[in-house]
Amino acid sequence: MNRFTGHDLDCIRGERLVFTGLRFELAQGEALVLVGANGSGKSSLLRLMAGFLRPARGELRWNGASLSEDPEGHRARICYVGHLDAVKPVLTVAENLGFWAELWGGGLESVGPALRAFGVDHLADVPGRFLSAGQKRRVNLARMAVSRTAALWLLDEPTTALDRAGVAALGKVLAAHRGRGGMAVVATHSELPLDGSKLLDLGYFAMAEVPV
Amino acid sequence: MTRLACILGREFRLAQRHGMDSVLVVVFFVLAVVLFPFGVGPEPNILARIAAGVLWVAALFATMLGLERLFQADYEDGSLELLMLTPLPLEGVVLAKVAAHWLTTGLPLLIAAPLLAAILNMNVAGFLVLILALLLGTPTLSLIGTVGAALVLGSRRGGILLSLLVLPLYIPVLIFGVSAVDAAIGGFGVRAQLLILGAFLLASLALCPWAAAAALRQALE
Repeated sequence: MNRFTGHDLDCIRGERLVFTGLRFELAQGEALVLVGANGSGKSSLLRLMAGFLRPARGELRWNGASLSEDPEGHRARICYVGHLDAVKPVLTVAENLGFWAELWGGGLESVGPALRAFGVDHLADVPGRFLSAGQKRRVNLARMAVSRTAALWLLDEPTTALDRAGVAALGKVLAAHRGRGGMAVVATHSELPLDGSKLLDLGYFAMAEVPV
Repeated sequence: MTRLACILGREFRLAQRHGMDSVLVVVFFVLAVVLFPFGVGPEPNILARIAAGVLWVAALFATMLGLERLFQADYEDGSLELLMLTPLPLEGVVLAKVAAHWLTTGLPLLIAAPLLAAILNMNVAGFLVLILALLLGTPTLSLIGTVGAALVLGSRRGGILLSLLVLPLYIPVLIFGVSAVDAAIGGFGVRAQLLILGAFLLASLALCPWAAAAALRQALE
């Protein structure tokens, strides 16, 4: 039974206290939806969870063990989808995804199903530079589906540029991931089909008036 | 190891699709060297005397060409963040990138160098040592350059900053690289110079991936 928890987290960005005393708890199969105004620290929290940033105070724990004790083990169980699509313009869609599949140990055979899950399998041989913003986003999201070993998915505004069918596909993939016992943390402003997800409002932990 | 090969394969594929990069480096190298006879005059003795230095300096600048883009493209499109989140340590990612950089820029230079040495009327006795010295020296240049490329990541005018950071660090390699060729032409032993170049390579192999990885982590915070 995996558990991912945050304890009294403070985050400071550019000498500004973004949030303070933030805590969360996430068990196997659960999803956490981050909401809050622009600049409330949703992306920063996701980057903290991914290990790009270190908390100014407090700590993140996986099954009770602090992340700082085993950063490499933590990296191996994360799939992070950020604002940038990481689609190489000169590589085809299949090549783009195939690289990550091989790197993450999913193998090339996982590429086809992942592309199908997001409805971009007909684009497999199209170079990245010809994709629309929404198609790039779908390819980027398909990356999650090839990282089967990642127990924790961190998604930063995954619905940007997605049409309704894309959002539905994302919901399905997320549900399958949670069904396998995976966890997901999603920062979003729009409605996502996520049954029984927890809500974390970052506005609650803001302390914008207090100078550091 | 398979992960390293995987990144290396991707870099090659990208280099191949971008096509011209490798060729441009060699063309730059050839042009820079060929300009010298126009500048200093076509006197064969003078050219033979300065050949080793000219080749090394031109190789130094040619190596710099591809460095700025080494991490920049991956940084801008978000791939670098994802590369950080692999089971492979970031140092390994850096090492694969360095290897790709050397194979696409250093190795072509190595192949072009003897031809250019002939154009400059360099003494034939120096050819083999020139190749050996470049073989030891150019990977060092790639490694040191990687640290610079990682440090200037995300800054505007990164290219100029990169030259200022990296070129002074290239001086030791330049000194011993040229001195090895000169010694070979003069009929002296070259063992010491080559050993020192080898030592530079090993030291930078041990230090530079760590330094570059630390700089990348900083850039991605």
